[in-house]
Amino acid sequence: MARPGARVADSKKINSELFTLTYGALVSQLLKDYENAEDVNRQLDRMGYNIGVRIIEDFLARTSTARCTDMRDTAEKIQSAFKMYLGVNPTVTSWSPASDEFSLLFDQNPMTEFVELPDSCLSLKYCNLFCGIIRGACEMVQLEVTSWFVQDSLKGDPTTELRVKFVKKLEDAMPAGED
Amino acid sequence: MSSLKLKTTILDRSISKGKNEVSLNGFALLFSEIVQYCQNRVSTVPELQAKLSEFGQQVGIRMLDLLIVREKNGKREIKLLQILIFIKSTVWKSLFGKEADKLEHANDDDHTYYLIEKESLVNRFISVPKDKGNLNCAAFSAGIIEGILNTSNFPAKVTAHWHKGTTYMIKFDESVIVRDKQLEGR
Repeated sequence: MARPGARVADSKKINSELFTLTYGALVSQLLKDYENAEDVNRQLDRMGYNIGVRIIEDFLARTSTARCTDMRDTAEKIQSAFKMYLGVNPTVTSWSPASDEFSLLFDQNPMTEFVELPDSCLSLKYCNLFCGIIRGACEMVQLEVTSWFVQDSLKGDPTTELRVKFVKKLEDAMPAGED
Repeated sequence: MSSLKLKTTILDRSISKGKNEVSLNGFALLFSEIVQYCQNRVSTVPELQAKLSEFGQQVGIRMLDLLIVREKNGKREIKLLQILIFIKSTVWKSLFGKEADKLEHANDDDHTYYLIEKESLVNRFISVPKDKGNLNCAAFSAGIIEGILNTSNFPAKVTAHWHKGTTYMIKFDESVIVRDKQLEGR
């Protein structure tokens, strides 16, 4: 099927508006189905997790990246994954003294391009999908992390800040459900 | 306003040029989550397609506004053929990077049109399980078309079928055909 000389599989890109609007349709549908922002946040996180455990395969296959030696290494990888999949370049900053916790600052975010949050949705974490993706992807490379939003420009904060914290190394990587 | 912080609203920013791109794989994974989510809430294939279509309609409605302002200088289509061509070319190009392959008029029914696409972008990574043979997740794209047509005051039903790739069957409401006949020649 693939025409020789056409764009290589690696650079398959699509218009970000399709992505943005589709994600928006998902979030608004979730809000209708659950009626409670906390449940929506949880659902988004779960979906993100599912995406994360699969996207890491794609990332490793395409970047042939080596094992991370420390969290700084990991942070850099996460940053490059955002660049690769969403075309944004978040800043890695605010390291904790122990170097086990950092922030990603998003000055632009295609996910929120056309988004305004009504006052009734102030507890909604619109981009909570990200937290799930990071958690899922890291888990597949034996890293347990947690992540959460500290600031959200949709809620009037000056920037969007996502915090990622190292929890522990997973020693035995058993597939889920086979203990 | 309950909060004291000043929010910049969407109207303070200039309209996006639509040149930003994201990875197709990322989209495919998101779409897969949407399909799974829908599937967990319904029990039959037609219901699943209806759900996907609802998602598509949300996208279509918003895309219409955006494209009318950005590509059409605020001018809306009022003729049936024009709006179909608008969907086939402008909408498909912006959303999926290329025009849809064909637009056809049914021989035996002047209410029905077909928009044909050899390979639908949303189906790129989807393999349909055997027991759901007639499921076509391009019901999502059918929803986009339906959203655009309904919002433009061309009430229609759009469904996706496996035929020459994916064929979207667009069935217009009687009123649309009558109105379009009146416009003829003007």
